[in-house]
Amino acid sequence: MTMMSIDAKGSRFIAVALAIFGWLVKFVAVVLIIATFNFILVHAAPGDPAQVIAGQSGGSDEKLLSQIRAEYGLDKPYAVQLATYLGRILSFDLGYSYRQQRSVASLIGERVPATLLLTATSFILALLTGIILGTLAGVRAGKWSDTLLTVVSLLLYATPVFWLGLMLVLLFSVQLDWLPAFGYVTIGVPMTAFERMRDILWHLILPASSLAAVYLAIYARLMRSSVVEVTHQDFIKTARAKGLKQGRIIIRHILRNAMLPIVTVAGMQAGALVGGAVVIETVFAWPGLGRLIYDALLQRDYPVLLGVFLVMSVLVIVLNLLTDAIYRVIDPRVSARAAS
Amino acid sequence: MNRREFAKLMGVSAVALSGIPLGVTRAVGQTKGGTLNTIIQPEPPILVTALNQQQPTLTLGGKIYESLLRYGFDLKPMPGLAKSWEVSPDGMTYTFKLFPNITFHDGHPLTSEDVVFSMTKVLLETHARARGVFGRIEKAEAPDPLTVVFKLKTPFAPFLGALDCTTAPILPKHIYEGTDYRKNPANAQAIGSGPFKLKEWVKGSHVHLVRHEGYYRPGEPYLDEIIYRIIPDSASRSVALEQGAVQLTQWTDIESFDVARLSKLPNYEVSTKGYEFFAPHQWLELNNRTKPMDDKRFRQAIAYAIDRKALLQRIYFNIGKLATGPISSKTRFFEKNLKTYDYSVDKAKALLDEMGLKPGADGKRVTLKYLVPPYGESYQRTGEFVRQMLGRVGIDIQLENTDVAGWADKCSNWDYDMTMNLVYQFGDPALGVSRTYISSNIKKGILFSNTAGYSNPEVDRLFEEAAVATSDDKRQELYTAVQKILIEDMPVVWMLEAEYPNFIDKRLKNVLSTAIGVHETFGSVSFG
Repeated sequence: MTMMSIDAKGSRFIAVALAIFGWLVKFVAVVLIIATFNFILVHAAPGDPAQVIAGQSGGSDEKLLSQIRAEYGLDKPYAVQLATYLGRILSFDLGYSYRQQRSVASLIGERVPATLLLTATSFILALLTGIILGTLAGVRAGKWSDTLLTVVSLLLYATPVFWLGLMLVLLFSVQLDWLPAFGYVTIGVPMTAFERMRDILWHLILPASSLAAVYLAIYARLMRSSVVEVTHQDFIKTARAKGLKQGRIIIRHILRNAMLPIVTVAGMQAGALVGGAVVIETVFAWPGLGRLIYDALLQRDYPVLLGVFLVMSVLVIVLNLLTDAIYRVIDPRVSARAAS
Repeated sequence: MNRREFAKLMGVSAVALSGIPLGVTRAVGQTKGGTLNTIIQPEPPILVTALNQQQPTLTLGGKIYESLLRYGFDLKPMPGLAKSWEVSPDGMTYTFKLFPNITFHDGHPLTSEDVVFSMTKVLLETHARARGVFGRIEKAEAPDPLTVVFKLKTPFAPFLGALDCTTAPILPKHIYEGTDYRKNPANAQAIGSGPFKLKEWVKGSHVHLVRHEGYYRPGEPYLDEIIYRIIPDSASRSVALEQGAVQLTQWTDIESFDVARLSKLPNYEVSTKGYEFFAPHQWLELNNRTKPMDDKRFRQAIAYAIDRKALLQRIYFNIGKLATGPISSKTRFFEKNLKTYDYSVDKAKALLDEMGLKPGADGKRVTLKYLVPPYGESYQRTGEFVRQMLGRVGIDIQLENTDVAGWADKCSNWDYDMTMNLVYQFGDPALGVSRTYISSNIKKGILFSNTAGYSNPEVDRLFEEAAVATSDDKRQELYTAVQKILIEDMPVVWMLEAEYPNFIDKRLKNVLSTAIGVHETFGSVSFG
């Protein structure tokens, strides 16, 4: 008995170790494939950093071009450049931006807090409001309040986010003068840590709500249809027949089952959180990652561009795993199926 | 209820929201103190103007790095770091005397050694435009700490016109000597000798400059600090101006279509001065290698077919001036009494007919591609305007869009039919004009060279002689002759002398005082 159980434990341990190892190999392979694609894609665009610098300096000569190309390693064959790049990734080195004279890791690092603050706030805002509004609409399907919510969320969904942002600025900053129009903090004024935090939150309101509006619409629409579907299932009828109260049915039975599609979509979109929101960051002069990518693209700052792409791909992979884990928590059937 | 009252209600510190410069005190004549808030876009990669000459770098870096001379609106030299200068009669030797007590931001004195080092070592290595000028120096000497002597290889009259802070910024020798200039860690601190020094640069947000206490000009700088905010969206920049969050805008901060509306704001004056040194000249570039653009009658026909007055009015809202030839009216040696091409559809059609370029059944004589430069909304609109105007005479235009890298790549590798180009003249035809037309500057892959591929030995000769002639009269004679030929040959179709609106808070004094305008040091700028 004892021997057997140890054996069983041992083999389970080996199985788990093998699974983790297999997963790691897959992970590294996927990352390398993505990195190669990124490299090819980024270098396929016409022009190079040397030409951009020439184009914005009002003067150029052979020496300038060859200096910059040598700095970026562009004077070497593509295969060599790619090999160097992949080698660097494997040693956890994101590279160096010659243009900004900083390491790519530090450039990305200094943008991450502002980005996460903006995207995470709007993500949570959108998710919560979307679920609440979608559920309210779903359980009242067909009534006027459902129609109203559907129309509003459709409108939000169809509104270009930059336009919404500008309109909010016109209303709350220009007309009413209540909220700051751009930036993430008031510059040049001495503040205590607490004042600074309040000031940042103050600057966050407009960009976060603009960004949330679009996602909110997606979640609300998804949640509504999901709730409508679940409401017609047999187990809800059973719950009603049992004499459960409507509130309890919604929270314990409908919501829990209707959440699954939301988790899928939210999990996918969470990956984009780190990428920032180029448009909103541009409109509100928010110093996030989205603008770093956009500028790097326009300037053909290859190391920065590749670095951000890589970080994003890794995060998408990790977040997908996390989504799977959340699935198991919400819906025990998933892990039961996986086990069998 | 305004923002401050609303903020108080919501419990947010009102001080944190107020945009009023604090600590302004009145001194004799000019007010001392205050914060100037302005815009920089796109964000510069670094601030060392000797290493990067992209436009925003030069605008911001002008406050940090100073040079030997400054130039009035008429491009006449004025003292910069040099308080006086002398040119030998043969035009070969230039002697400069520096102001005493100039210091770098780290406290080290600036001497003639730093000047010689910057101009004959660093800039030759790092600055494409400066290379063309300072490469002509045969010997540079620093006989004493306040004297610099340059001996040229041959006379080169524009030498004295290329010592502004965008061409010849002075770096500290003690920091850069013997290092790899581009990789020097001190680049992050941007140590110069200008009236303002770098305090903080939050990437993507703002660059914060504060006064350099050891500045050599008595009383200067008047301002305590300058904050350059990075605002990438043009609509947001307009809002910033309307709200009074910024007190100065420059270049394309405010798009031309917003200028008329914002000009009505009571607290700003609008001026297009301060771009005389650059004198950006805008033209329709025609690839002279491609048929039918190799025929000068075709190029002349295009000049007649485009109503440039309408372009100036409709697209640029009258900000700018019609260009009449290769040299801008703001640059030296401009000749105004020459042939003009006034808008005439008939003349254009007659020339095209004469070439034998008859319209086909669909009314089209020829189809050509137009590469739209990616430098803002106005260029897109200009492209559409040109397509319409040329369509009327049977020239079919297809617009092609791209980004900066793509445009620079295609334009410099002659991979285009037509495009709009904007080239700076840098005060002297030998620095900013001849490069577009002389055959020796037809260089594939190099932007702002003779990309159109025009070649005329007589033009080559005239430009060459004019560059080394020592008397202004002789130079004028040669440049007048070359302008006459070029206007007849029409290698490119000159459109506009581009101008840019500076919105300036009415409390500000001395913002535009030289030919480089907003690129100047701002030492003498003050609130009231």
